[in-house]
Amino acid sequence: MENIDWLIQGFEQAATPMNLLYAVIGVLLGTAVGVLPGIGPAMTVALLLPITYNVSPSAAFIMFAGIFYGGMYGGSTTSILLNTPGESSSVITAIEGNKMAKAGRAAQALATAAIGSFVAGTIGTALLVLFAPAVSRFAVTLGAPSYLAIMLFALVAVTAVLGSSKLRGAISLVLGLAIGIVGIDFLTGQPRATFGIPQLSDGIDIVVIAVAIFALGEALWVAAHLRRRPAQVIPVGRPWMGKDDWKRSWKPWLRGTAFGFPFGALPAGGAELPTFLSYITEKKLSKHPEEFGKGAIEGVAGPEAANNASAAGTLVPMLSLGLPTNATAAVMLTAFVSYGIQPGPTLFDKEPLLIWTLIASLFIGNFLLLVLNLPLAPLWAKLLRTPRPYLYAGILFFATLGAFAVNVQPLDLALLLVFGLLGLMMRRFGLPVLPLIIGVILGPRIERQLRQSLQLGAGDWGSLFTEPVAIVTYVLMAVLLIVPLVLKLMHRDEETLLIVEDDKDQREKAQA
Amino acid sequence: MTTTKEPRENEVAKRVDKAQYLVVAVLVVVGAFLIYNALTLETGFAKVDPVGPRFFPLVVGIAAVLLGVVLAIAIPRGSVGEADAGEDIDPESPGDWRTVGMLVGLFVAMILLVNPLGWVVMGTIFFGGAATILGSKHYVRNFVIGLALSLASFYAFYSGLGIPLPAGILDGIL
Repeated sequence: MENIDWLIQGFEQAATPMNLLYAVIGVLLGTAVGVLPGIGPAMTVALLLPITYNVSPSAAFIMFAGIFYGGMYGGSTTSILLNTPGESSSVITAIEGNKMAKAGRAAQALATAAIGSFVAGTIGTALLVLFAPAVSRFAVTLGAPSYLAIMLFALVAVTAVLGSSKLRGAISLVLGLAIGIVGIDFLTGQPRATFGIPQLSDGIDIVVIAVAIFALGEALWVAAHLRRRPAQVIPVGRPWMGKDDWKRSWKPWLRGTAFGFPFGALPAGGAELPTFLSYITEKKLSKHPEEFGKGAIEGVAGPEAANNASAAGTLVPMLSLGLPTNATAAVMLTAFVSYGIQPGPTLFDKEPLLIWTLIASLFIGNFLLLVLNLPLAPLWAKLLRTPRPYLYAGILFFATLGAFAVNVQPLDLALLLVFGLLGLMMRRFGLPVLPLIIGVILGPRIERQLRQSLQLGAGDWGSLFTEPVAIVTYVLMAVLLIVPLVLKLMHRDEETLLIVEDDKDQREKAQA
Repeated sequence: MTTTKEPRENEVAKRVDKAQYLVVAVLVVVGAFLIYNALTLETGFAKVDPVGPRFFPLVVGIAAVLLGVVLAIAIPRGSVGEADAGEDIDPESPGDWRTVGMLVGLFVAMILLVNPLGWVVMGTIFFGGAATILGSKHYVRNFVIGLALSLASFYAFYSGLGIPLPAGILDGIL
């Protein structure tokens, strides 16, 4: 029950008036920025990173907790009222949510999304309390070879499983690893890939990379394809739900949470699959299947809960192993690093108070979100009407401000532009962003782990395969890589057969 | 038979996205640079560091070049990436690269002039300019909002966060 003690201490830290104020600011900023069209949760966190530079780590983490859930909630508001989801995880919410809004039930759609997010977030955070310390306790017993294997597994999983093209995932990953190499080599002290620029010897500031890839890249990409007429926003009053809506919502919330959390906690889970699974489950179980596709409240409640529970789930590997598995977690990990906190399995041992304050703040932020956002929904809906030139000029402005404020040197702005153009290129050619960010974060840690393991193993590569966990992980990795390949080959056989038959058919026809 | 075959070929030709060779170029340049750079590093600490500082950049560099080659082979076979979608994106539009170019130009001006002119002046020009480039016709309002944002952020960062942004030519006035 040590965890409960720590959690209570965390609440004591987080519940001081000053820190509660930070939580409120975090929730409001997170929602406000998250609601803005074109801004997903990861970009929200990246844009708001600079605000936390000069406050204490605990205050910053409290704000992050608010920004994290606020950004998620803001995204769902956008997809319900605009029908153009900002990220793939809220695509499903948009299907039914926007139909409900068009049918005059926007208030109920927003309410079920908000309350569902609260339920899922609370349960998810409770599960985090349950699992993360245990996973971390197990992870601490692992040696360097196992840890190396797990990090490699995360890289492979994120690159090969998520996203539609493995080739493009790998390209993105390699670019990220390349960026991670820049800086002084930690063992021999030699500058690597620094172009002789002394400011680069500490490596490229990861805040600059995150802001460039997420904010600048996106703004430039939108600038190239800006809609001449912005999409229609549906006006909304204060969200509320009738008795029938509650009856139809509570089960989907719980089922969605059950889908979302495990997927979020897995290195390659993501939020797309659980939201989709939740949607088809609700469609099957619903007493009103005819309403699906026309605005069924279950179709908003379930996927939205799944989305939030998955977000809570991603915090398990992030806090217990230091592994980011989605873009938002990756950016948050960035913030850890900028506070000099080494992410990894020892986090719960080394910074217990900070971590438990963060977890307590997640509960508080989640609650504040519900209390603040139900009455504020009409205001958020107004934000959706921000004229697009101002919106994207604002994103550019704040991205610049954020990157510049890190070290107040124009060099960072030049880097921002270079990586912003890289982000633009990636969006144009369909290279996924996530493997790049994961590569930047994990690349240096993988190299360090590899070299340290081999130092201990006196240069014997066989020493990497001595621990059972490491071997199991490599086997899983091989399965993950080979199975889709085999499936594809089998598929291709069928396809070629079909084509051959087709040809035969045609030849016969031609002859006849 | 020839008539049925022709449209198929046209379809394939349409799907080849030649601009993707830019990604190939980036990969090859990055890879070649990493390999070259790795070879300039001193090794010879084999006892304490059996892997050495070269290994990782070499692996990444070679991987980058190889992926570039694979992509170069895949492009003519019709491999295309799926461009990003989003709330304000009109997927039908061919791409307004002039706007992007002007924004990049504005950004370069920001990099060069932010220290001499200061954050407030440059921030105003940056926001106002960006809004104008993106199609806002209220020219005065664009720059007034820019000024307000720059001033607010300057003072917020100065007194709120203790980060002094450059005052530039307005040094002493602000």
